[in-house]
Amino acid sequence: MAQQIISANRLGDGLVVYLTGGGGWSERIADALAVTGKDAGEAAMTVAHTAEEARLIVEPYLIDIDESGGERRPTQFRELIRAKGPTVRLDIGKQAEL
Amino acid sequence: MPLIKNKQIATDTWQHVDDKSVLPADGGVIVSLARWQAERSVLVGRNAPLGIRLKSDEGADAIVDDLPHFDVVALEFPTFRDGRPYSTARLLRERYHYTGELRAVGDILRDQLLFMRRCGFDAFEYADKTTAEKAFSAFDEIGAVYQTAADRRRSAAMIRNDTSNVFLNGTCG
Amino acid sequence: MYLYDPIDQSLVDQRVEQFRDQVRRRLAGELSEDQFKPLRLMNGLYLQLHAYMLRVAIPYGTLSSHQMRKLAYIAQRYDKGYGHFTTRQNLQFNWPKLEETPDILAELAEVEMHALQTSGNCIRNITADQYAGAAADEIADPRIAAEVVRQWSTLHPEFSFLPRKFKIAVTGSQRDRAAVRVHDIGLILKCDETGSMGYEVIVGGGLGRTPMIGATARDFLPKRHLLSYLEAILRVYNQAGRRDNMYKARIKILMHALGAEEFIRRVDAEWDAIRDSAVDLPAGEYDRIAAFFASPHFETLLKNDGKFARYRLEDRDFAQWARTNVAPHKQPGYAIANISLKSEGGIPGDATTEQMNAVAAIAERFSFAEIRVTHEQNLVLPHVRQADLYDVWQTLKNYDLATPNLGLISDIIACPGMDYCSLANARSIPLAQDIGKRFADLRRQHDIGELKVKISGCINACGHHHVGHIGLLGVDRKGEEYYQITLGGSADENTSLGEIVGPAVPYDKVVGAIETITNTYVGLRTDGENFLDTYRRVGKAPFKENLYAAH
Repeated sequence: MAQQIISANRLGDGLVVYLTGGGGWSERIADALAVTGKDAGEAAMTVAHTAEEARLIVEPYLIDIDESGGERRPTQFRELIRAKGPTVRLDIGKQAEL
Repeated sequence: MPLIKNKQIATDTWQHVDDKSVLPADGGVIVSLARWQAERSVLVGRNAPLGIRLKSDEGADAIVDDLPHFDVVALEFPTFRDGRPYSTARLLRERYHYTGELRAVGDILRDQLLFMRRCGFDAFEYADKTTAEKAFSAFDEIGAVYQTAADRRRSAAMIRNDTSNVFLNGTCG
Repeated sequence: MYLYDPIDQSLVDQRVEQFRDQVRRRLAGELSEDQFKPLRLMNGLYLQLHAYMLRVAIPYGTLSSHQMRKLAYIAQRYDKGYGHFTTRQNLQFNWPKLEETPDILAELAEVEMHALQTSGNCIRNITADQYAGAAADEIADPRIAAEVVRQWSTLHPEFSFLPRKFKIAVTGSQRDRAAVRVHDIGLILKCDETGSMGYEVIVGGGLGRTPMIGATARDFLPKRHLLSYLEAILRVYNQAGRRDNMYKARIKILMHALGAEEFIRRVDAEWDAIRDSAVDLPAGEYDRIAAFFASPHFETLLKNDGKFARYRLEDRDFAQWARTNVAPHKQPGYAIANISLKSEGGIPGDATTEQMNAVAAIAERFSFAEIRVTHEQNLVLPHVRQADLYDVWQTLKNYDLATPNLGLISDIIACPGMDYCSLANARSIPLAQDIGKRFADLRRQHDIGELKVKISGCINACGHHHVGHIGLLGVDRKGEEYYQITLGGSADENTSLGEIVGPAVPYDKVVGAIETITNTYVGLRTDGENFLDTYRRVGKAPFKENLYAAH
C-alpha cells in the first residue's frame, strides 16, 4: 500500500514543511511522518488541521511517497519539485539550502 | 447579533421573519422579497414598520416602486465574495433615492465595511460580537477616495480641481 | 510619468498600515485563512509552490530608475536576489515572508509603488503599449487613459468583489502592442472626424480555458465619458456575471451568453443613467494627469545619427543587436532600445538585483531615467539618443542584458510554470531554455525571422500561449509532462487564437516538434513571408502532417 506524508506551507514565511512524528513541522522531507492507509491518513490530517487552527501552517494535504530507492521521494513530480526547489535554479530552495 | 450603526453598537429594534413564521403582533419586521410579493396587503396593513430583505440575486429593480413602504432594506451577502449587493446598494441610494436604513446582513468581513459604507450601507449586522467594536476603525482606514459613490465623499479629482457642489440633486449616479 | 500627490501617497501609506494590521490579526488568530485570503490577494500576495509570491504592480509597465533600484533592493533584502517580470507588466518576488510583507509594501510605498489589486476578483493592473510616448505610430500616449482608469479602479467600493478578475489594456496606436483584443476591456485611442479624441471600446476578450477575441462595444467613446462607460460595463458585469462556476465567470462568458447585442444594450442603458454624472472626471483632472506624460526635453537632433550608422558598420555584434532590439522613435535622432531578458540558458523574464540596478543606472544616464516592462517579459529604454546606443549596448553586455533576439524564436514568453506555480501542470522554463538552446545560432534565428513562441504551464494561460505564433500548453498525462501545440495565434491588431495542431507531445519531443514546424515553414514560405503569414496562407494541414506523420 502506498505510503503518504503531509505537506503544508508554514504560515509566517510560506516555506514548505512536512508533518513529523512528533506532531511538529520540518522543512526536511526526510523528517516527515509516513502513514499507510485511509485511517492513518485521516488521523494525521486531523493533527494537521489542529496546527492550521493554531496558525502554524496553511493548506495541509496528503501526498504519496516512495521509499524504494533508498531516498524518500514523492511520487508526483510536482511534489518532488516542491520538496527540492525549482528545477531551473539548483542554487536556491531546499536543494541548496538544507 | 450586534448591529453597527453610526460607528456604534446599536440596539436592533427590527426582527427578521422567515417565509413561514407567523408575523409578530407588532414591532418592525424584515421579510423576504418572496413574502412581500405574496403577502403585500397583509404586510402593508400591519400598523408597524416594515423592512425587506433581498437575496444577492434580487436586484434593486424588484422593489423600486415599493420603496416608500420600507424603513429598512436589508441586502444579503451569502458569502463575502458575492459583490452584487454593492451595486444594488448604490442603485437604491443614487438612482432610486432610497433614504431609509440600508443594512448589510450575512457574511460580512470587517475589511469590507468601508466599501459597504461608500456604497450606501448605513447599518451592518456584524456577526462577530467579540470584534464588533474593533470594527469601527475600519471606516476610517483609508481617507482618500478616487471614485464618487453613494456616500458623496469628495473624490481626489474633485479636491484637486476644487470642484465644489458637483453633487446636484438627481444627477448623481 | 505620473507622480503622486499627497492624496495618492496617503492612500498607499494607509493601505500599508491596513495590511500590516490584517497580517497582525491573521497571525493573532482574529482572521482565519479563509477570511484573510481575499485580503492578502488584494495586496498581491499569493501562496505558491515553494513559498509566498508577491506580485508588485507596475502601472502600464512604466518604471523610474529610482523605482527599479527599490525593486532591486527588495529582491536583495527580502527575497533571493531576483525578480520575475510578467506578461501583465508586473514584477513577481518568489520568496517573500508573510511576516515581512508589510515592510516590503512600506518600501514600495516610499517610491510610489504598491501591490494593490494584482490578484483577486477585482480590476487588475492596467496595461499599455510599452512604446507609449515614444512610438512614431501613436495617436496619443495611452498611459494618460491608463492612469485615469488606474485611479478609478483602485479600491473601487462597488467593484472589489467581482465574479472574477478583470483586466484592462490600452493602446495608443493602431499597431496593437498591448493585446487589447484579448482583455476583458481593451481601449484603442482614436480620433473622430472632427479631430476629437476618444476610444474604441472592446469587451469580452480573454485567454485561459475559453479563449475569446473581444467585440467592439462602442466604436467611438468620447474621451470625457471614459469612466462612466467603464462603470456601466462593470456594473452590468458585477450584477449579471456568473458566480456559480469560476470557469464561466469572466465577462467574456457573460457577453457570449447574452449575445453581444443584448450585452451592449444593457451597458448602454446603464450608461444613459450615469453619463454626465459625477462619475466622469472633471476636465481639469484629465489635463492634470496628461501633463505628467508630456514628452521629456528632447534635444533637437538630426533624424539619423552618423555615429550610430558608423558603429553598425564597424561592429557586427552591435549591428546584430541594433537590427532586432532597436525600434524607431517619433523624435528625430532618438531610438527605442529593447532589453531582452531572454538570454541563452537564462530564465525568461527574470532579472537579478545586479541587473535591475544596472538597468536603472543605464536608464538614468541614457533614457531620462525611465524604463518600461513589456507583456512579453522584456524591458525597454524608451528614449535613447541614437548616438548613445553603442554605449548603452556595451554596458548592457556587461550584465548579460544585450541578447540580440527581440521577436526571434529564442525570445520566448514562458510563465513560471511548475517550477514555481502551484496551479501548473507542467514546467515552462526548462522547455523555453531547451528551445532557446536548439535555436541558439543567430543566423538561423534570423533566417526563421519573427516567431513568437509562448509557453503556459496550465490552462490559465499566463504565458499567453493562445496568442503565440507557436503556443505550448503544458498538461499532465498520467504524471508525465505533455504539451499541446497551437499554431497561428497573434496578439497584435490582427488578433487570432492559435489552432490545436494535434495530440499533445511529451516533453522530450517538443524541441524536435518546434524544429519540424520551423522547417515546414521555411520549406513553404514565399518571398518575404514570416511564419504567421505563411501559416495563415497554408493553414495547419502541412504542419500537422509533418508533425504527426511518423507517429
